[in-house]
Amino acid sequence: MYKILKNECIGDKIYLLEVLAPLVVKNCLPGQFVIVMTKEDSERIPLTIYDYDRETSILSMIYQVVGSSTLELTKEHNELFSVAGPLGKPSEVVTNIDNYKGKKIVMIGGGVGIAPVYPQAKYFTSHGTDVDIIYGAKNKDLLIILDKLKSVCHNLTIVTDDGSYGMKGLVTDALKEKHDYDLCIVMGSTVMMKFVCMLTKELNIKTIVSMNPIMVDGTGMCGACRLLVNNEVKFACVDGPEFDGHLVDFDAAIKRMNLYKDEEGRRYLKDLEGNTHSGGCGICGDK
Amino acid sequence: MDEKVIMRNLDPEERSHTFEEVALGYNDEEALKEANRCLQCMNPRCVKGCPVNIEIPRFIKAIKEHNMEEAYNIILESSSLPAICGRVCPQEKQCEKMCIKGVKSDAIAIGSLERYVADYALEHKLHAINVKPKNGKKVAIIGSGPSGLTCAGELAKEGVEVTIYESLHKAGGVLTYGIPEFRLPKRIVENEINQLKEMGVEIILNAVIGKSITLEELENTYDDVYIATGAGLPKFLGIPNENANGVFSANEILTRINLMKSYEDDAKTPVKKGNKAIVVGGGNVAMDAARSLKRIGYDVSIVYRRTMEELPARKMEIEHAVGEGIKFDLLKNPKEILIDDNYNVKGVKVALMELTDVDESGRRGVKEIPNAYEEISCDTIVVALGTMPNPIATENSDIITDDKGLIIAPEGVTNNEHVFAGGDAVTGAATVILAMEAGKKAAKQILDSFN
Repeated sequence: MYKILKNECIGDKIYLLEVLAPLVVKNCLPGQFVIVMTKEDSERIPLTIYDYDRETSILSMIYQVVGSSTLELTKEHNELFSVAGPLGKPSEVVTNIDNYKGKKIVMIGGGVGIAPVYPQAKYFTSHGTDVDIIYGAKNKDLLIILDKLKSVCHNLTIVTDDGSYGMKGLVTDALKEKHDYDLCIVMGSTVMMKFVCMLTKELNIKTIVSMNPIMVDGTGMCGACRLLVNNEVKFACVDGPEFDGHLVDFDAAIKRMNLYKDEEGRRYLKDLEGNTHSGGCGICGDK
Repeated sequence: MDEKVIMRNLDPEERSHTFEEVALGYNDEEALKEANRCLQCMNPRCVKGCPVNIEIPRFIKAIKEHNMEEAYNIILESSSLPAICGRVCPQEKQCEKMCIKGVKSDAIAIGSLERYVADYALEHKLHAINVKPKNGKKVAIIGSGPSGLTCAGELAKEGVEVTIYESLHKAGGVLTYGIPEFRLPKRIVENEINQLKEMGVEIILNAVIGKSITLEELENTYDDVYIATGAGLPKFLGIPNENANGVFSANEILTRINLMKSYEDDAKTPVKKGNKAIVVGGGNVAMDAARSLKRIGYDVSIVYRRTMEELPARKMEIEHAVGEGIKFDLLKNPKEILIDDNYNVKGVKVALMELTDVDESGRRGVKEIPNAYEEISCDTIVVALGTMPNPIATENSDIITDDKGLIIAPEGVTNNEHVFAGGDAVTGAATVILAMEAGKKAAKQILDSFN
C-alpha cells in the first residue's frame, strides 16, 4: 500500500496526487511514467511523473478526471493499492543532456500534458540549459502550476483557446510567432501533438513527443500500447514513451485511442448518474 | 480391458459460458480405483519421465493405503507446486507417456492422482512448514512465476532469507495473468503463494527490476540473485494492418481476463466484446485465448497453418476446446489484416497451405499453395504465436543474452557467478514444470555455492 499525502483539486477536474513511493522515486528520471491502481480491483492507470523528491520518497503526479477510473482515484485519500514504476525510458535529452548544451529548446504542454513538461524543464535548467515553455489550455480555469513553470524556464507563453488568459489561439500559433529553436518537446493530447509535429516539420525543428496510448501492464507484456513509428511496430511502454514526432503515425494512434470508448463511456455515465437509463440500465440493448 | 478412470468435466454447454474450472477432479472412490491400477514397478519408468522426478509409485501406494498425508509429503519432496502441476503439466508427454501400462491399455492417470492428493492436502490443511533456522544468506529472486516460486520454496526450506520481486500488482507470473481460471483456479495459485509466505519468503510487488531497482543494486544487496523473468513479450504477425483496432496479443486478452478479471460484470478494466474472433496459433496459449473469448460471448475459430495432427497444444486442451464449440480453420496462414475506414478489423486474408514431408524436427513441414488465398471475416484477431523474454531486468546490466534475447546461463549460471537464471528467460517459452525444474536446480546450485 502506498500512503497518499495529497490528492487535491488544483483546476477544473484536475488533481495533484502525492504519494510515498520509494521504489519509484529511487531511480526515476524525467520522461518516465508510473501505473497506479486505486484499489485491488481498479484499472491500472498510467500517469506521467510530475515531480519527485529522492530525500522524502514523495512522488507527485497530476491527472485529469476523464472517466470512471480517474473519478474513483479522486475519492481515495488514505492509500493507493499499487504504484508501479518507474516505467518507460527516461527522456533521451535527459540521458544525453551534454549534447544539448547551448541548444535552443522549446517545450510545449497542452492541458494536463504540462505536468511532465515541468520535471524535464527543471532538469534542463538545473543542468545549465535554458528552455522556453508554451502552455496551451482551453480556458483559464484549466491552467495549473504557473509559478512552478515560471521557475524552470526562460520564457513562459500561455495560450488559451478562448483568450480568457494570455494569448488567444492554439500552441501552434505561439510557435509560429517565435520558432528559432533547435529542438521542440511536446506533451499533451495526441491530436495536439500531431498538429505541432506538422508545423515543426515545415519549420524543420527536430521534435520529440511523449505518447500516451492505452496500456495494461506497462512492461511490454500485452502490446496494447503499440504504435507505428517509421512504419515499425513499437511499444510506447518500453520503447518510449518518447519518440521522434516526425516518425509517428498519429492518425493510427488517434484511432487506437478510441478502442474502448463505448465501454468506458458507459461505465463513466453509470458512475456519475447511477444505474440510470443512459448509465447502462442493462435492458436497453446493452451488449 | 483395464481402462483408466476418466476425470469428470463440467458439461461443455454449461462451461462455455462460465469461468468455473472445467476438470472436476477425482472423488475418493475414483482416486482409489485409479491408484489400484498402478503396478508398482520395481524400476518405475514414470519417475524418469517426470522433470522433477517425483517418486510416483510411492505416492500412489500411499493413496492405496489411505495415507494421504504420506502421499502429499512424498510429492513435496520433489515438487513444491503439486496442485498446479497436477492441473497444467503435459503428463501425457512426460510421466504417463513412460508408464508401462500404456503399452497395452491406458497409462495410469498420474496427473489426476497428483491433483487429487494436492487438493486433499489443501482442503485438509496438511501443509506442514519445515524450515531450517536462518543461515544468514540472502537471495533475491526476480519474478514470481513457477520458476521463481519453486526456487524460493527450495531456498527458504534450507534457511535462506528470500525476497521475490514482482513487477505486477499480483504474484504468480503466468500462473496468475496467463493460465485461465477455468484451467487453474486462482485460489490454488494464491494458496501456494501463501504457503511460501508462511515459510518466510517476502514478496515485493510493483517492483520492476531494471527500473525501480537495478540488477546491480540487487547484486550488491544479496548474496545471490536468481533471474526468473519468464518470456512475457508477445510476438506479432509482421503483416499489414496489425496495429488495427481489434488485433490483440493473446497476452493482452489473457491479462485483461485473468489478471484484471474483465469478464466479471462489475469489472473496471474492459475487454472488447465483439462477435467473431480468429485466434492465430495452435499452442496451449491459443487454446486458452480461444476458450476465454468463447466464454465472454465470441464465436471463435482457431486459424492454424498445419492440421489437427500437428497442433502443439496438449491433447486435453484441444478436446476441451472442441467440446466447447471452438472451430478449427486449418492449413491457413494470415497474410494481411483487412480493415474498414475507421481502422477496425473486418477480416483476414489467408494463404492456403499444404503439408510437405516430415522435416528434421520430426514434424510435417508446410508450404503455401501458390496464388491460393481466402478471406475470413471477423472483428477480432488474437495472435498467439509465442512469446520472447522481457529484457527490462537485464538490458542495462552486465548479464549476457543471445541474439534472441535469451539469457545465456549454461547449467543455470550466467556470466556473473552470483547471478543465476532459469525458466523461460533462458529456454524461451516452455512449460510450467520445466520452469519449476530450472528453479529447483538453481536453488541447489545456490545452496552448493554457499557451502
